[in-house]
Amino acid sequence: MLAYTIKRLLQMVLVLFSVSVIVFLMMSFTGDPVFMVIPIDSTAAEIEQARRLLGLDRSLLSQYFIFIGNMLQGDFGRSYVFRQPAMQLILERLPATIEMVLVAITLATAIAIPLGVYAGANPNKPVSRGIMAGSLLGISLPGFWVGMMLIFFFSVRYPLLPSSGRGDTIDVLGLRLSIFTADGWAHIILPSLTLALATLAIMLRITRAGMMEVMRQDYMRFARAKGASRRTILFRHGLKNALIPVVTIFGLQLGDLIAFATITETIFAWPGTGKLLIDSIYRGDRPVIVVYLMLTAFIFVAINFLVDIVYTLIDPRISVK
Amino acid sequence: MTRFLSSEFFYHYRRNLPAIFGSVLLLAFAVMAIFGPLLVAQDPYDVSQLELMDSFKPPVWLEGGDPRYLLGTDGQGRDVLASIVYGARISAFIGLAAMLCSCVIGTALGLIAGYYGGFADSIIMRIADIQLSFPSMLIALFLMSAFGTGIGMVLIALTAVGWVVYARTVRGSTLGEIQKEYIQAARVAGLGNGEIIRKHVLPNVLTPLIVVSTIQVGTFILIEASLSFLGVGVPITQPSLGLLVKEGFDVLFSGIWWTSAFPGLFIMFLVFGINLFGDFLRDELNPRLR
Amino acid sequence: MADPLLEVSDLKTYFHTLGGVVKAVDGVSFDVRQGEVVGLVGESGGGKSVIGFSILGLIDPPGRIEAGKILFAGEDLAAKSEEEMRAIRGGEIAMVFQDPMTSLNPVYTVGHQMDEMLRLHTDLDRRARRARCIEMLEQVGISEAASRLDAYPHQFSGGMRQRVVIAIALLAGSRLIIADEPTTALDVTVQAQILKLMRRQIVERGAAMIMVTHDLAVISEMADRVVVLYCGKVVERGLTAEIIHSPAHPYTRGLLDSIPRITDRRDRLDQIPGTVPDIRTLGKGCSFRDRCFRAQPICAEETPALSPVRGSLDAACHFPLEENAP
Repeated sequence: MLAYTIKRLLQMVLVLFSVSVIVFLMMSFTGDPVFMVIPIDSTAAEIEQARRLLGLDRSLLSQYFIFIGNMLQGDFGRSYVFRQPAMQLILERLPATIEMVLVAITLATAIAIPLGVYAGANPNKPVSRGIMAGSLLGISLPGFWVGMMLIFFFSVRYPLLPSSGRGDTIDVLGLRLSIFTADGWAHIILPSLTLALATLAIMLRITRAGMMEVMRQDYMRFARAKGASRRTILFRHGLKNALIPVVTIFGLQLGDLIAFATITETIFAWPGTGKLLIDSIYRGDRPVIVVYLMLTAFIFVAINFLVDIVYTLIDPRISVK
Repeated sequence: MTRFLSSEFFYHYRRNLPAIFGSVLLLAFAVMAIFGPLLVAQDPYDVSQLELMDSFKPPVWLEGGDPRYLLGTDGQGRDVLASIVYGARISAFIGLAAMLCSCVIGTALGLIAGYYGGFADSIIMRIADIQLSFPSMLIALFLMSAFGTGIGMVLIALTAVGWVVYARTVRGSTLGEIQKEYIQAARVAGLGNGEIIRKHVLPNVLTPLIVVSTIQVGTFILIEASLSFLGVGVPITQPSLGLLVKEGFDVLFSGIWWTSAFPGLFIMFLVFGINLFGDFLRDELNPRLR
Repeated sequence: MADPLLEVSDLKTYFHTLGGVVKAVDGVSFDVRQGEVVGLVGESGGGKSVIGFSILGLIDPPGRIEAGKILFAGEDLAAKSEEEMRAIRGGEIAMVFQDPMTSLNPVYTVGHQMDEMLRLHTDLDRRARRARCIEMLEQVGISEAASRLDAYPHQFSGGMRQRVVIAIALLAGSRLIIADEPTTALDVTVQAQILKLMRRQIVERGAAMIMVTHDLAVISEMADRVVVLYCGKVVERGLTAEIIHSPAHPYTRGLLDSIPRITDRRDRLDQIPGTVPDIRTLGKGCSFRDRCFRAQPICAEETPALSPVRGSLDAACHFPLEENAP
């Protein structure tokens, strides 16, 4: 177990290292950041001066070493726009994003798994066919458009729910959270619903496929022959086996949710990291983009690691090697 | 043709209502994309044809609707339906072109990885693994923000995220194929690697490729729409359906919904049609592929 | 003689598929008495397993019990509700499946799966249930039972798993055990052990067993009486000893001739010519006629009824074999 964990941690470091190289290279090709930090009427000498200060006059390789060295020391650079440490900017906005993503994935899971189990256990019923058609429609929908239509119906046509911002927040353990206030909930419903839709559809389909596979297994019949109720059979004997592919997709979906949060946050003016990323892209605020990418890369790698751990908890046949 | 009509494939197709529905949607879309410009009265990009007087007309069935503009007009008096017809061409073109590019590159890399194995294999698959642990939307967004926008850049970004799926599929099928005896026999008979790949391996990996490609077009269209919505996709002079939706966003709050609702609805129909048909193809051609 | 524990009469279980109606069980009648082992024999695809599932009410669409009575201790199971059947499954009638590799759920411990049976059918508390499980594992010949309870199925060998399955079937004190090819998936050396174990455990408890198998050799060791099935119908039934010694139906004879014996002087085993016909397209007449060496024109015209031949033997044949026929 220890050896396995160490091996996985080394892999994580390797992935993060590759990401840092790629991010660094990409960023070096995109325009000259010096123009972001100097006044418009600077002289050539002043530009040169700023260059030296930013280390842009050195070779690419030494720039990379400065870049990675600073990061390892916890210095992630300062935003050109906000004149604040980029990491701090992102960390301030992270709770909002995590909050929305968590509500979305909870919503998606809570709906997808029961429906998926039902559709997988009764594949020929008209209701199941309806569920499947609906889920296919769900993965065919452009998420941003769904968000806009929700805004139109619930905020413009029938003004029931707010269309932007987080609403009231309170501090919990130093984090600004909105899910503990009624106003916060009113604000989070539409964005998280928008975000949840595609994930819901995909998880439903995976659960169904897994369930259909499991339904054919002898142990399901054996459980019936023991006199277990249909509910026990489906949710205890069936679902735990069907969950194995669902866990993989859960990890991937969590990543997708973080990615698509950029769009959802833009639509609903949700003050999270995704909106910050998009704004920074518009403004060419390179340090913020870099930190965002490194941080999300870290989050994804960590999620993948957790998924592998969860596997071993669900399926005793997979032993950690 | 008669052989096709009496085939098992066609028999199953005829009994599969979703597949028929999906292909009808796609056919309608193809007709619209190809002949649409002849059918709509206005060229939305010819400024001389636009009448500012006609701006923000609602769809024809609502009060104030104008029979000339079936689905209403936008702020510049542009016919929404006409914009959709032109936008659908751009969306569909990007989806298909990105599919072709990533298919060619991904298949080539997958063949190399699967057939030759060794160092090339580990490098290609390592990259694929790392890439797959990140959402393709985020990678595309990052590439677009780093290298700038435009249709060509969208194609490059989509290809960069799409090749992985092909490489993995093709590598898997290739590995399965080269173990078979006839390949060994072909080697013994002195056929070159290139010839073996072309004559024996490639035809056998074709089926999963068709299935993957179908679904991939839908995915690409959705990613492109999202990128354009964020403003890092196609340029305003060549708006895809996604960009049309974005254009309608600002006026949505004043209750003008038709400029964004209809383009989005068309994206949905297009992708839904692709997915319905793709599902059928997958079940029919390769039940094991998920 | 005591009333039979189980009495199946004129059972018909059909499957309504796209390609037509499959009459998997077509008018089967037999009974099982207390403390007795009855063998259901036939080639694969002969509807043997479907009988077991029909008794437990585990037939899923497109399958359906079309007609017939399944009297268990005087009550008709076919008429019971799903809720009532759940108490009977595992409680009164338990089942042992063919493949021990797949009949245990891979993600739960063996102990959990045994415990489930007791939770469903007894009022014992946790500790008593655990004690009972350990005791039962020991009885089926699993050593260090207490520690094995926390192991997962994949940590057991095939033979061990089948012992676990048998232990589960016996746990709740069922009066009837239906064993569906319980040893087919096992090594030959393990087969005999398991069969002996099953017979001893069941007979000692005064329970009865239905043994579904394609293997007459197994039957001759295990069963008191035999029911031979062909294409969903009973073609012969009677005491095991009599049937093995001298069958009345040509099909049974064919099955017997295809068993290898130690005393064999034959160069090759005899086998029944042809294959089982497509059960969906059976018309009138005896369904075995195309493979039968005694077939006459009448066999294609009239379906033979099951009727007494000699001794304990009933056979459905127009031209039953004489005793000790060559």
